[in-house]
Order: sequence, then structure tokens, then C-alpha cells
Amino acid sequence: MTETLLKMRGVKLEGRSDEVWTPIINGVDLTLAKGEVLGLIGESGAGKSTLGLAAMGYTRDGVRISGGSVEFDGIDLLTASAAVKRGLLGKRIAYVAQSAAASFNPAHKLIDQHVEGPVQHHVMSRAESMADGIELYAKLRLPDPESIGFRYPHQVSGGQLQRAMTAMAMSCRPDLIIFDEPTTALDVTTQIEVLAAIRDIVEQFNTAAIYITHDLAVVAQMADRIKVLLRGDEVETADTRTMLAAPTQEYTKSLWAVRSFQRPVKPSVSTGAVPVVSLQKVDAAYGKVPVLHDISFDMHEGRTVAVVGESGSGKSTAARCITGLLPPSDGQILLDGQVLPPDYRKRSKDQLRQVQMIYQMADTALNPRMSIGQIIARPVHFYLGLTGSAKRKRVHQLLEQIELEPSEYYNRLPSELSGGQKQRIGIARALAAEPKFIICDEVTSALDQLVAEGILRLLAKLQDDLKLTYMFITHDLATVRAIADEVVVMKDGHVVEQGPKDTMFKPPHDPYTELLLSSVPEMDPDWLTNLLAERGVDNIGDAALDKM
Amino acid sequence: MGSVLKIILQRLALGILTLLIVSVVIFGAVNLLPGDFAESILGQGATPEAVASIRRDLGLDQPLITRYFDWLGGVVQGDLGTSFAQANFASFTGTTSGATTVAAQIAPRFANTMFLAAVTAVIAVPFAIILGVLAALYRNSVFDRAANIFTLTSISSPEFFLAYILILFLAVLNPIFPSLSNIYSGMAFSERLEKSMLPALVLTLVVTAHMMRMTRAAIINLLASPYIEMARLKGLSPMRVIVRHALPNALAPIINVIAINLAYLITGVVVVEVVFVYPGIGQLFVDSVKIRDIPVVQACCLIFAAAYILLNLTADIMSILSNPRMRHPK
Amino acid sequence: MIWFAVGLIVIAAVAWGFRFAGQAATRQAPYFRDMPFGVAYGYILAVVALVWLVWAYVQGHSADPLVANKFFFLRIAVEGFIICATVAWLFRLAGRSIGTAWSRKMFRAMPLTAAFGILMILIYAFVAIFAPWLAPYGQEQIIPGVAANIVPGGDPALGGDPAFPFGTDQIGRDILSRLIYGAQNTVGIAFATTLLAFFLGGTFGFLAATLGGWLDQVLSRAVDVLMAIPSLIFALLLMTIASVWAPRVGIPLTVFMVLIIAVIDSTRVFRLARAVGQNIVVMDYIEAAKLRGEGMGYLVFKEILPNATAPLLAEFGLRFCFVFLTIAALSFLGVGIQPPLADWGTMVRDLGSFVNYAQFAPLAATAPLLAAGAIAMLTVAVNFVVDWMLQRSSGLKE
Repeated sequence: MTETLLKMRGVKLEGRSDEVWTPIINGVDLTLAKGEVLGLIGESGAGKSTLGLAAMGYTRDGVRISGGSVEFDGIDLLTASAAVKRGLLGKRIAYVAQSAAASFNPAHKLIDQHVEGPVQHHVMSRAESMADGIELYAKLRLPDPESIGFRYPHQVSGGQLQRAMTAMAMSCRPDLIIFDEPTTALDVTTQIEVLAAIRDIVEQFNTAAIYITHDLAVVAQMADRIKVLLRGDEVETADTRTMLAAPTQEYTKSLWAVRSFQRPVKPSVSTGAVPVVSLQKVDAAYGKVPVLHDISFDMHEGRTVAVVGESGSGKSTAARCITGLLPPSDGQILLDGQVLPPDYRKRSKDQLRQVQMIYQMADTALNPRMSIGQIIARPVHFYLGLTGSAKRKRVHQLLEQIELEPSEYYNRLPSELSGGQKQRIGIARALAAEPKFIICDEVTSALDQLVAEGILRLLAKLQDDLKLTYMFITHDLATVRAIADEVVVMKDGHVVEQGPKDTMFKPPHDPYTELLLSSVPEMDPDWLTNLLAERGVDNIGDAALDKM
Repeated sequence: MGSVLKIILQRLALGILTLLIVSVVIFGAVNLLPGDFAESILGQGATPEAVASIRRDLGLDQPLITRYFDWLGGVVQGDLGTSFAQANFASFTGTTSGATTVAAQIAPRFANTMFLAAVTAVIAVPFAIILGVLAALYRNSVFDRAANIFTLTSISSPEFFLAYILILFLAVLNPIFPSLSNIYSGMAFSERLEKSMLPALVLTLVVTAHMMRMTRAAIINLLASPYIEMARLKGLSPMRVIVRHALPNALAPIINVIAINLAYLITGVVVVEVVFVYPGIGQLFVDSVKIRDIPVVQACCLIFAAAYILLNLTADIMSILSNPRMRHPK
Repeated sequence: MIWFAVGLIVIAAVAWGFRFAGQAATRQAPYFRDMPFGVAYGYILAVVALVWLVWAYVQGHSADPLVANKFFFLRIAVEGFIICATVAWLFRLAGRSIGTAWSRKMFRAMPLTAAFGILMILIYAFVAIFAPWLAPYGQEQIIPGVAANIVPGGDPALGGDPAFPFGTDQIGRDILSRLIYGAQNTVGIAFATTLLAFFLGGTFGFLAATLGGWLDQVLSRAVDVLMAIPSLIFALLLMTIASVWAPRVGIPLTVFMVLIIAVIDSTRVFRLARAVGQNIVVMDYIEAAKLRGEGMGYLVFKEILPNATAPLLAEFGLRFCFVFLTIAALSFLGVGIQPPLADWGTMVRDLGSFVNYAQFAPLAATAPLLAAGAIAMLTVAVNFVVDWMLQRSSGLKE
């Protein structure tokens, strides 16, 4: 029997909104043995971060622990005095936050923040801790471990900061570290580097950890055991391998199933067909800063072209060029073989109608002061001139198409809808124009997996019914696999590689595509181990990018 | 460090440019006036010779541009021109004593106003910042709510209302301080302080309220930042969290709050000086407005604007200097 | 001074004892165990202040007129506070049970201060509109057969007259009537000025935000320069100039004042409207509307303005307070609203010296305070409401 380190029993948490306390976690049990890594997964709003903080006996403003017990190594954290808790925090329980850039104090150097814990807790002297910090930086494979600590947080990149924060958490050699979505804000190629570093160091010091994330594939690499949360309740807990192989609960199964959505491969485009939209040698710049260099690709009727790349690759800029918000500095864009005026203000009403857009953040894409009916009716009236009952009928039809009950949703405001429903309204507004071509800009990245899958299925169905052409901008390769017919890979404003999906996902690859593809975590718990064995720790992430 | 210096020099240049444009606005506005001040000073019954003589004395017969640059050149050298009221007096008596210049009139009063502002600042700044920090630390407590009501009331009240309330309680019902602040040069410091106490307290009330609310907002904003949570989760003592993690980052917003409120004092001082008959620049300004003594109005206006711009500029530069991103560029 | 220090030390001792007793009595309940000393000190300090207030209130009812006079104003303040709180509470209670579901819901979540603010604004509006019916005399009416300079307070021994509880001014006009008409003039003029400032600042601000480019640059730089001059100082300067112009063009100085303050204040409105506009303009739904090919009118009136109303309404309240206080200050300094119009700022200046009567005739001293208090009360009320609105909208965002 292994020794228990953390024992949470029937923990209940409540949050205050509008002066009323509403439950966030309704009685969750959690047990963690020494040296064990527990993965805590759930969708946004499942209460996993709040639970993670409660494991430290800490609650944020506007949250309270209303029941249960939290026992750390025999100490009851809920009744312990502030001084006792302070003695544990940082020293025996440490925390790694989601945003390292915001969680490091901008006014102090990294190493000064690193040594603060050991010195204040009288674990080490300042000099010892500094030497130890440099050693930890080296272990976490930070570049220039000797000098990186003497920089200020804003002088260090995001992936490096996340590792420096892990080093800081390790500074007192705690028994337990809470990792709160440490890689969510990072690009995939950076994420893998951080994951490998965290896993190594936790193993090396035999530290117990709670790893909080919404990404199943990530948690599969990191955790010994996985606990699934749904709206404040535990769904199931099991060993990682058991859970991945045979989930018992319906909800868990459905989470696993999301990744299996796949569309049949379409026949290749007949030669000589006129593409719906074609980019020809497009260059673009924000002011004097060039962002796109010589971009050319075609999009054909009834097909989905996924444009893939990490942040800053220029994929959204390409979309802005097509819509005419950012006129290209060189090259041209063709719609049905006709050259489009570069500026949207110079385009005809019909040209504007043919190109529609669905946005990433449905919250900011819908006017909060307009009802759903008004939002969808506007393009119907504006482009097609429908009024009165004809307009109303068309809006009803559109709502049915996006699988929302017209009579129920017609008069609602956007704030009364869920994230997925709002995104559907965004789709309906685009459809209302009866376009040929729709740009989907990261439309699923703000949504939970199940909801995102629903949106993808809807888009696929609409494409089949209406012969729509999609330009699908995303950084998520799982989505690309699910929905794309053609793939365009972009990096630093260049097209690195393009082609049909099935050839793109098979070797040989361009080195960058190879790196990108290999960096996407898979559900296999051995994936990271195998990958590191295959590529070597020095050939992933930034290190690999630098070699290109 | 080079880029910071460049930014600061840019801000300084911008401040001077603003001041120049403001001087044009002030000068231009005054000279848009119909007719001639010589007439309006001497009234309808003035002889043409008297009008012409005053015009010559005041340089009103020169073209507008020349007059602006003459005025500006004078201002730079500390010569703010000749007061109409005094000039009028001098032209009748035929003497030109040194006291007719605006500068001579303004200098002692400017010192008095600075004294009042200094006394106010010494009381108000520490008081407001301590209270503001306390309200932020104990936000939504009874203390915070009471402070909120109190400061809102104090901000909403006109200065003269607060002034009369204080006179009522501290001068009439309980004669602790004098209600008239007739200070003069050569007065002992302690007596001067006692006589300036009531106006200083009124200004303190108004400024403290503003400053406290802004400090509270700034600190609450700061305490909500993830690095403060991180510091707490590292098990640091509350004192260390405040001193080591909150304070270095609170400096910029707090300096900003102080500068904005000292700038606010400039406006408040006018009414308060009138209520307490305090011989400062504010009262001189109001008196000159009433008798339309344009050179004095113009000069006072320029001084107020310069002080205002200077304070805002200081705040700007201080917040640049206290920003680690600026001090340690990539 | 020594007693003051001793008092503070005694309070400190009591506070320590209080915390210790609390710990002992509750057997180390976390609340007392983790209570910082400062908090305990604060509690005791508050108790001492409360006890003193009760003592002072009782003194206000003392048989000795000298003592009673001395505490008269404190007594009035305490009573006034209690009455205001009670009335606000009753008003909120009424609001919670009468009216539409929407208004009832609004009243349910409303703090007492906001309820008080709304009630006060309603009362001021009522007095301002019905001033001619409420006031016993006209604002410019010199009452025949009545002496000028009747001392307020209605005490004949001091030169008062019970028929004129607030006395008469230097040419024999009823001060009470002028106070009531003051609501119409002071509030009305401030309201008109604010509307004008909003019209100017709002229009240009939204134009700058939506069009951007050189128009935005020119307007913003111009506003920067205007805002570099403290507003009261600038107003005084322009009023000097206006006072020369006014008689020549035959337009009352008050009209000039409205224009001057509106222009100066519109710079602040411009800043806010521009900022609010810019925040909305970057939203995706505006981009969607632009890409649809919508015209300027649709963008501004259907997409931008409906989303800007909440911050603009709050700003309107704040601006109104500011304008109202500026006008009051100008009038108090003698260059604002011109006689014969009755106005509170001017009245405070004219009646100010009565404060010195406070020791032997407290009622006489209330006259100037009433005029000044009338100004303060309205701005406090508006600020309470605005504070609540701002808190509500910031709460919604989280």
C-alpha cells in the first residue's frame, strides 16, 4: 500500500455571482499517493481549476469551500491557521499557473523570484538556491541556464517562462505540484518541449502532481491516473491505460469518440475546373511589416481547404486579404475566375455576398443588442431584398438548417445562448447571404470538444447540401484530419507545403510539416516516450525550429 | 536605457509644444475681443488722447503677431506685462512704480498658493493612500462601504459647501481655527500654518476623496493580477506580498493618482481662496476676471495651465520610469 | 493633543482585549484567531465614534440653549441621515412591490444609496418643473410692504419674520421662493449644458472612432490642447471675454456661459465617446457588417450606438454633476448665472456671512447651508446612481 499524500473528501465549492452563491463542485473525493501524477480533465466550467486550488487549501475571491475536508499529509488544510498553511504552500505544495507571463512579477528577475521561496521557507540560502536554480534550468533544457535567470519575465519567451515557472515550483523540492493547464496557451511545437521537460523533472524528483487540462491526449502522456469531471461532479476515475482502453461512462466514451469523426475522402478535383477562390502570388503587409510572402493556392467548389499554422504564421492575414479588409500589396485574388477588387469597399454587393465569414469568438461576432431573428434577417433583407413574412420564413428555414428550434430562438438575445449555439447563429448569418464561399476562422477553437464536434458535423452536412466551399483556418491538426479535403501549411507568412489531405498526412514531409505533425499529442500513453526516443530531446520544439 | 531617454525627451518636447499652443489659445482668445481695452478701461467718457496714450503704453497699437511674440518673449524672461488696473492708475498719477507689472503682483501670491497646496499635499497624500490601500485590502467590508459613501459625498459637494461646513464646525461652533486666512509676508510659520489650516482642510477633503478612490481602484486591479496570487501560493507572508510584489508595480499607478489630484488642486484652489479670502493666485485671478484686467487674467491662466501640464508630464514620465518593461528593454 | 494620544492608546488596549476575549470565548474560532490587530482596532474605533455620536445627539436636545445650539447641526445631520435612509428604504420597498416585473427586479438588486439617489432626482425634477406653483412668491418679485434684509430663521428677536422663514434679500425678495426657483434655473441650465456637451462631444467622438484617419488625428490633438487647460480656469478666462461681448451683441451672459461650458466639457465627452466607439468598432460584428457592405448610417445607429448607451448614460450622470458644480462655482464667484435669475451658487455667496450666527441663531445659519446643500444633495444623488450603474455593468462583464 502506497502512502497517501493528499486526501480530499466530499469537497464542495461555491462561487458568488450577483450576490448569490452557486455550486461549482458538488462533493468530489480525491486521493493522491506520494509520487503519483493524477490527471484532472473536464470541459470549461467543469470546475477543475477551482478544485486544483482547493487542494492547496486556497480559494480565489468570490469562491468558498462550503463542505468536505482537504487533508495534506495528515494536516487538515481547511482548519489549519494561516501561518501553518503558509508554511506548506511553496515549500511542500507548489503551483504552476496557466499563464506564466502573467504569473511572474514583471518587476523582478526570474532568479530572484526563484530563490524567494527557498529563502523565505529557510530551505536553502540565497546562494545555494541560486546555484540550484541554474541546475534546474539546465535540467528543464532552458537555453543558457547560467544567464537566463537574470532576465526579466518580459524578456523571455512563453514556452521558456512556463519551464522557468516549473523550476520555481521545484525550488523547495515540494511533495506535490499542481499544474493548472500549463501548456494550453502554447503552440503545439512549443507545448511538446514543455511537456517533455515537466514529465522528466516530476519523474526525477518523484514529485506527486495534479495535472489539470482539457486535452485528453496531453493528459494521457502525463498522468498515471485520470479523473474526469463534468459540471462539478466526478464522472469516473481510473488508471490512464485502463481509461483510454475501456472508458465505462457514457460521457467519457463520448469524449473519446470526438476524435473519431472523419469524412469520406472526396474524388480529386478535375483538371481545368475553375476554382471558386484563387490566391495568386499574394503579398501583404501591416504598415511596413511584411506578413505574407507570395501566397498562392486554389479552393474548389464543394471542398474544404484547411489552412494550418501556428500563431504568427499569417493564416488569418490571408483571410483578411480575401475578404478585402487588408488589400494585398501585390498579387491578386480571383472569385470564379474574376479578379476581385483588393479593397472590400470597391467590391459589388454580389461579390460581397459570395464571400462570407464565420468568426472564432462567437461572443464578439454577434451584436449583443440584436435578437437572433434580427441578426439573421439582416443579410436576408440586405442581399436578397426579402421583407415581411417572406423574410421571416427564410429566417425560420435557416434556423432549422442549423438545428435550432425557430420559435424558441427567434426572439432571444445572443447572451441567452450557449457558446455552441452562438457559433451556430454565426453560421446561419453566413448562410443567409447564400454565399459560395465561407471562411471559417478557428471556429471551433473556443469550444469544448463535444460542442466543437457538433459544429464540424453541421458544417460538413451543410457543405454536402449546399455545395459550399470552405476555407478552414485552424491550428488544430485533429480538426484538419476530421474535415479537410486539401491542406495548406503556413509558416512565417510562407506556404510551406500544400496538397490533398491523404498525401499530406503521409510521409515524406517538408521538415516543418513533419515537426508540426509529430508534435500533435496522440491518445496513446506511450506517444511522447516513443517520439522522444525517435527524435531525441534536442530535436523537438524551438530547438528543432532553430535548426531549420 | 537609450530608448527610455528618447521617449522621455519626446514627452518633454510634447509638453513644451502643448504649452506653446496653449499660450497661443490664451492669447488668441483674449485678443478676439471687440474694440479695444483702452476704451473699456477708461469707459465711455475717455478723451481720445487718454485712450491713445494708454494704447501706446500697453503696446496695443502693434499688430497681433508682434504683440504675441513680445508677450511670449516677456513671459520667458519672467515679464508678464503691465496690469491694466495698475496702468490705468499710473496713467492718471503719472508715475511708473515697479509694482505695476503683473509679475510683481503675482509673485507673492503665487508663493502663498504654493504654500497652501504644499500644506494640503502633505496632509492629503499619505492620508489618502493609506486609506485607499486599506479600502482595497478590506474591500466590500463595512469600512469600505462607509468610505465609499463618504468619498462620493465629498466629491459631489461643491468646495464652498465643504468650506462653510468646516467654518461652521471648526471656526464658529468650536473656535479652533480662524475662518479668515489673512496671511501676509513676514508672518511666523506657525501662525501662517494655523491661518491656512481651514482652506487646506477643505482642499484635503476633496482631494483625499478623489485620491483614495483612485488608489483603491488601482490596488484592487493590482491585487487581482496572477503574480500576486502566485506570491500568495508561494507561502509568502502578507506583508512580503504587499511590499515585495505589489508595491513595485503599484508605484506607477499611485504616482499617477497623486499627480492627477495635485493637478485637480489647481482648480479647487480658486474657489477655496475666495471663500477664505486667502491672498493667493486664485483670488487674484477671480478679482482680475471681474474687473477684466486682461494681462493678469492671461498670466494667471498661463501659470495654471503650465502647472497642470507640468504635473501631468511628471506623472507620465514617472510611470515610464517605473515600468520594468521600459527600464529593461528586450 | 496629549489626551488624543492617550485615547488612541486606550483604544489599542481595548482592541487587544476584545480580540483576546473573542478568541477565548469562541475557543479559537478561525475568525478571531486570524484577525489582524488592525481589524480589531477598527472595530473599537468605530464603536467609540458611534458612542460619541449618540452622546452629541443627546447634547443637541440639551435644555441649555448654548449647548443645544452648539450641537444643533450635528443633531440635524443625524436626524437627516436617519430620515433619508428610512425614506430611501421605504422607496425601495415600494419599488419592489409596485410596477412592472422589470422595474421590480431592478429595485430588488438595488443598494440603498442608489434608491436614495433615484428618489432625490425625482424630487428635484418635480420641484424644478412645478417651481412656479410651489414657490409662495415670484423669483424676481420684490414684495411690497416688506422690509429688505430680513434675517433668516424667522426669529423676530434677531430681525427675522415668521412669514419669511428664510428671510428676504437686500432688495426684499423672498429667499425661500428664490431657493425653489433655483432648482429650475440651476438644474435646468446645467441639464441643457450637459445635453449640448453630449451632442457635440458624442457626435465628434463617434465620428473620430468610426472614420479614424486624419479627422481622428486632428480632433484628438485639438482636444488634447483644450484639455491641457484646467476647465474652471479656462471657463473663467472665456467668461471674462464673454462678459465684454455679451452687452455688445445683446445676448445674455448666461447663454454664453452655457455655450462655453458645453464646449469645454464636450472635450471630455469626446474622449469617452471615442474610446467607447473604438472598443465597439474592433468587434467582429462590426467587421461582419462592414464586409456585408452596410453604410455609415446603419453602422452608427444600428450597430454602434445601441451598444454604447450604457457607458454613455453613466457618463452623462458624471458630466452633469461636473457641469452643475462648475456652474455653481462660477455663480459663487460672481461670473455665472446672472441676476435677476435665482440661482443657488449666487445665493450661497450672498448669504454666506450668516454662518457666523450659528452659535446663537442656528436657524439663521442654515440658510446659506441649505442653498449649498441643495447643490451637494443633487450631485450626491446622481453620483450614487451612477456608481451603482457602473458597478452593475462591471459586474456583468466578469
